[in-house]
Amino acid sequence: MTSVRVVARLDVKGANLIKGIQLEGLRVVGDPNEYARSYYAQGADELLYIDAVASLYGRNNLLEIVKRTTDEIFIPVTVGGGVRSIDDVRQLLRAGADKVAINTAAIARPELITEAARAFGSQCVVISIVAKRRTGGGWEAYTEGGRERTGLDAVEWACRAVDLGAGEVLITSVDQEGGRQGYDIELTAATSNRCAVPVIASGGAGAVDHLRSVVRDGGANAVAVASILHFKQASVSDLKRGLSEAGILVRPA
Amino acid sequence: MNASVSIVDYDCGNLRSLHRAVAAVGATSVQMVSSSHGLEDAERLILPGVGAFGHAAEALEQRGLFQSIIDYAASGRPLLGICLGMQLLFDESDEMGRHPGLGLIPGRVVMLDAQQASQHGDKVPNMGWLPIRPPSPEVTWEGTILSPLCVGEYAYFVHSYAACPVDSNHVTAVADHGGQPFCAVASCGNVIGCQFHPEKSAVAGLNILRRFLAMTEAKKG
Repeated sequence: MTSVRVVARLDVKGANLIKGIQLEGLRVVGDPNEYARSYYAQGADELLYIDAVASLYGRNNLLEIVKRTTDEIFIPVTVGGGVRSIDDVRQLLRAGADKVAINTAAIARPELITEAARAFGSQCVVISIVAKRRTGGGWEAYTEGGRERTGLDAVEWACRAVDLGAGEVLITSVDQEGGRQGYDIELTAATSNRCAVPVIASGGAGAVDHLRSVVRDGGANAVAVASILHFKQASVSDLKRGLSEAGILVRPA
Repeated sequence: MNASVSIVDYDCGNLRSLHRAVAAVGATSVQMVSSSHGLEDAERLILPGVGAFGHAAEALEQRGLFQSIIDYAASGRPLLGICLGMQLLFDESDEMGRHPGLGLIPGRVVMLDAQQASQHGDKVPNMGWLPIRPPSPEVTWEGTILSPLCVGEYAYFVHSYAACPVDSNHVTAVADHGGQPFCAVASCGNVIGCQFHPEKSAVAGLNILRRFLAMTEAKKG
């Protein structure tokens, strides 16, 4: 069986690595490349860069950061935030990204998923879904970094995006994001049960126990981790050791 | 070390990472080759590739590279196919119809079994890190491109199809998907195929590329 991937998530604003709570209240952490290098050395299986403000202003500061990253880091890199067109996808792939995560633009124009999958292959198209719990049950998909409602059921949208050609689902819980209280396991389980492609759980990791639960009970194929790493609560190797001790297959750090 | 490497650029995938990776392990010169001209002087050649088999084979044909790569391989100089580039080394693929490959390693390319995979909690495409090992306990990696690796080291895979060499002696390493071993590395003399991406497989992958840079033209017997 494929090992569970530990994905270091780096939210970026301009030239800075930042971290927020519920995708708001952003705080500057440091130089993203410096953190990326350290996570690579610690044994991260993948890096995930999300440009936190690109979709608000329709620009993308990530190209330079991605180029610098892939000059010296030899693991897969996924990039998202403000990806609006096939041309944006092409530019990011040329800069060294292996996969591109699309949220807002895919909701506005779902055919973008199919066009990107046809042009570059499903394996490099990640549908990024930012989901918030509904009071009556279920989750709603949000756009613009978690600010705008879409009216779409998050899990239904994930399934549709996979049918349209997305090769992987990144599911971020707005409710849990930045809270370090654990992933939204039900959301992850609902998504992974319905989608035939790999699912990356994101939002809420605060301890290795949270990673274990979202893999075991949520069926996550990969876990995105940010705060724990940025604030040096644990290293990637600590997390992997914790997963491994619970009998979960990981690439040794 | 004075190591020169050429990379086939036929618009089938992003070559930046591969370029950076061979540079990181000591390639002193890296050439991008998009026509048969560049192949005459190539000391060692990498055939990368992502996407569909038929489309890639056609792209090689259009650039006059299909036959030149076959001729290159016949000269005994080292050739490394990566991912789809590995699959292209074989006789043919079932991917969306039947397509002929370069025919440098006898065998065919078949789709991973999604049903079998799901029974083992695996998915198609197979995307992620898997440990690689010799196909049987009697096989060692001594003298192969995998000699710097320990059995069970992880490599990063992204694929829906896998090559099946006719001759089991051509299988250097396997990995498991859906409870079944598939060919992760194939070697046939100077022609080597890697189903995973060494340029994305952290230190293990870099060690494979470093070993490739140390390979030289095979002595003709």
